[in-house]
Amino acid sequence: MKIRNTDGEGEKIELQMTPMIDIVFQLLVFFIMTFKIVAMEGDFNIRMPAAAPQAAPPDQMEFPPMKLYLSANEDGTLAGIRLNEESLPTVQHLNSRIQELIGTDGGPSRDTAEIEVGFDYDLHYEWVIGAITAVSGTKDAHGNVVRLIEKIRFNTPESPNE
Amino acid sequence: MRIKKRKSEILEGDLTPMIDMTFQLIAFFMVLINFTQSETNDMVQLPDSALAKPPDSQLENLVIIHLGQDGTAVMNHTEVNYLGLRHYLDVEYYRIDVQTTDNPKQTTIVIRAHKAAKGGMVQELIQICQEAGFENFALRAEENINSAPKYITPLGG
Repeated sequence: MKIRNTDGEGEKIELQMTPMIDIVFQLLVFFIMTFKIVAMEGDFNIRMPAAAPQAAPPDQMEFPPMKLYLSANEDGTLAGIRLNEESLPTVQHLNSRIQELIGTDGGPSRDTAEIEVGFDYDLHYEWVIGAITAVSGTKDAHGNVVRLIEKIRFNTPESPNE
Repeated sequence: MRIKKRKSEILEGDLTPMIDMTFQLIAFFMVLINFTQSETNDMVQLPDSALAKPPDSQLENLVIIHLGQDGTAVMNHTEVNYLGLRHYLDVEYYRIDVQTTDNPKQTTIVIRAHKAAKGGMVQELIQICQEAGFENFALRAEENINSAPKYITPLGG
């Protein structure tokens, strides 16, 4: 069989790079423009049925739910914290107090402890989250999260004019 | 003087390293791109919390409600005052109950409230959701990146 001797033998085939680079740069620009650094978010779970059936009246329970009340200044900042009947100056003190209550044998355990959170209507939400953070956990020296109270509920809201 | 005759050649730059880098950049941005834009809202600036860690598994059956500082609520792209949300919540409850196999009582209402919103508004919003039949709530907060806990004391500290 006769093998055809082509003229282009050994010729380098060149790819057209220009369209590919065009598209690649367009893709790159698209991804750079849509890139947005979003801070990670997390949730505090609250289970609040409308009419919660109570296992027992609070006075008959071994450890009745703790009551936390946050009062507000006129500008919505935190004015005071009351845990049961005890006044606490800062959220840090609240966290330490909760650690004392949960950590001891005489108090409720992490699983059974329950807290009802109430606050003034005008209190800014960030302080509410701050207090919920303080009662729900803490961090140890290594940065690991230690859970404290998991059952958190809000009390019935009061309208601002009441 | 004798001038050397040069053969004219087309100079070609080596494109391979540039294309390598460009593809790596594209891969980087593609991996990091966040398509969950529907979960965020520009009017809401979340409060930060040292314990707000992203959940290990993605929650299912979520209804996300954004609550602005002025009481504007956004749910399913509908913007309304939070006190007028009841109708939309009823519709959502009915939709989950009839059109899906999920139990609407197991649905979690994720509340993304602005950090300067009044706490009482959040309480009222939860009450409205309760009246519509929802029971599970999640208060969303932003993870505090500077690990110096603003609101909590380390153990023994």
